[in-house]
Amino acid sequence: MPRVKLHVLQGLVAVVLIVAWHALTTIPVFGKILLPPFFFSNPVDVAEQIVAWFATGVIWKHLSVTLAEAMLAFAIGSLGGILVGFWFARQPRTAAVFDPYVKMANALPRVVLAPIFTLWLGLGIWSKVALGVTLVFFIVFFNVYQGVKEVSPTVLANARMLGMTERQLMRHVYWPSALSWMFSSLHTSVGFAVVGAVVGEYLGSAAGLGYLIQQAEGVFDVAGVFAGMFVLAAFVIAIDTVVSAVEKRLLVWRPVVGDARP
Amino acid sequence: MEIRQKDMASAIDLKGVDVAFRLADGGTYRAVTDATLEVADGEFVAIVGPTGCGKSTLLNIAAGLLAPAAGRIDIFGQPLDSLNRQAGYLFQADALFPWKTALANVAIGLEIAGVPANEAEPLALDWLKRVGLGSFADRYPHMLSGGQRKRVGLAQVLIRNPKILLMDEPFGPLDAQTRQIMGNLLLDLWSADRKAVLFVTHDLEEAIALSDRVVIMSAGPAARIIGDWRIALSRPRDIADIKLDPAFHALHRDIWQMLKSEVVKGYAQSEGR
Ligand SMILES: Nc1ncnc2c1ncn2[C@@H]1O[C@H](COP(=O)(O)OP(=O)(O)OP(=O)(O)O)[C@@H](O)[C@H]1O
Ligand SMILES: [Mg+2]
Repeated sequence: MPRVKLHVLQGLVAVVLIVAWHALTTIPVFGKILLPPFFFSNPVDVAEQIVAWFATGVIWKHLSVTLAEAMLAFAIGSLGGILVGFWFARQPRTAAVFDPYVKMANALPRVVLAPIFTLWLGLGIWSKVALGVTLVFFIVFFNVYQGVKEVSPTVLANARMLGMTERQLMRHVYWPSALSWMFSSLHTSVGFAVVGAVVGEYLGSAAGLGYLIQQAEGVFDVAGVFAGMFVLAAFVIAIDTVVSAVEKRLLVWRPVVGDARP
Repeated sequence: MEIRQKDMASAIDLKGVDVAFRLADGGTYRAVTDATLEVADGEFVAIVGPTGCGKSTLLNIAAGLLAPAAGRIDIFGQPLDSLNRQAGYLFQADALFPWKTALANVAIGLEIAGVPANEAEPLALDWLKRVGLGSFADRYPHMLSGGQRKRVGLAQVLIRNPKILLMDEPFGPLDAQTRQIMGNLLLDLWSADRKAVLFVTHDLEEAIALSDRVVIMSAGPAARIIGDWRIALSRPRDIADIKLDPAFHALHRDIWQMLKSEVVKGYAQSEGR
């Protein structure tokens, strides 16, 4: 499908949904409004709210707080995941000892940790970063572990025959393989970093998008809740676009499914 | 005397080598028994045998990637107890680094040995040109055809100038014409600085055309070396021309007699399992 046509169709979906939303919340059908504005607000109010946030500039503070939390969570979680992933993959005995604990920790719903992190780290950004880290860490960890384990035995044998030392194997074989696995889950791990930040804010904070939504909910300001969600959605798409660009640069060597040869 | 003895030592010397694989169900599979094979320095030896008989296994043994259950391996007179550092190995399966370009894949052989990248790369490009891939330097392996990947692999191995060359069906995925070109190229490179070559192929004609000796393996399990033919055809050879030589035909007929029954046996055995 040509690019322009694709974007037109994508835009059309949004237009149809917004028009339907507007119609159902303002125009009575058989004398009855199907979506009561108290619960569903309406597009005009939501748009006004968003414009107001940007016009006054209050939104920037919240966006930057959420962005900072997500980036820190991603950076720390990834670093930890890479280190532990490598360590476990190269030391099968350590991995075997810790295996049940890793599984237990990963099975734990992270939301229950949020109050504990708040207790430990206070209401500032670090309790949200910690929540994001617990989510990002496991994704990166599992992928790096897999990436190191799944190196093709022939490629490994070839590297050895070419005379690579253990350090060179690390640099030229294990590391690129682990990175490629990690980057293939980049969208997920970045997404989880944002989720961790927003959920943390929602459960107790003084700034950020999650805080904004929680405040609006507290006073039954449905327009505010929807406005917060839209800003959050746009924020996530913006981050995802950046991630896609990074991914495209870093994984040039990988075949793309359905990619015709030039 | 000492020096003389060293000169005399064969490049590869397998004596009574047995290979057994442990199977997942606890049993063992005896792939090769009592393999005795000598490759002199500068000699070109081809191994031919039915599929699954253990040709790749023998190369892995000579490379030091696999330890035999019994028997011994000497490389230039020294017992081999870890990786064979004198050998370059062109694997049967894809072995290029998928995250490196063709050029980087070739250059890495030198970089590992400590040659700086800016010196290694022109040499690597040189080698890519020699295998006919000068304009593919920037391609990643997944953008190359199977035959092109094999040729990059050949350059990757040869750039290190190993004393022994182990090649596992290197021209397998190539078409007949490219096979001939590559065969002649290999012979050119080889005659320039006679390495010891152990060359696995399933193509008997190719084996005869290239080598000084053709070794025949029996069908597995417990495959053995059942034939060792000296190919006394004159060198330098041209692969296409030599196939017209009556001496070539006589050799081909004789060796094929022996090989044919083994191929049938090998097939029947793997079907029966
Ligand atoms: N790791 C392994 N475990 C068990 N059996 C193995 C293993 N590797 C190889 N074998 C068996 O050993 C035998 C020899 O294998 P090998 O790969 O050497 O065959 P080959 O002669 O190279 O065949 P081809 O011409 O098809 O490449 C085969 O029957 C194979 O099934
Ligand atoms: Mg094989």
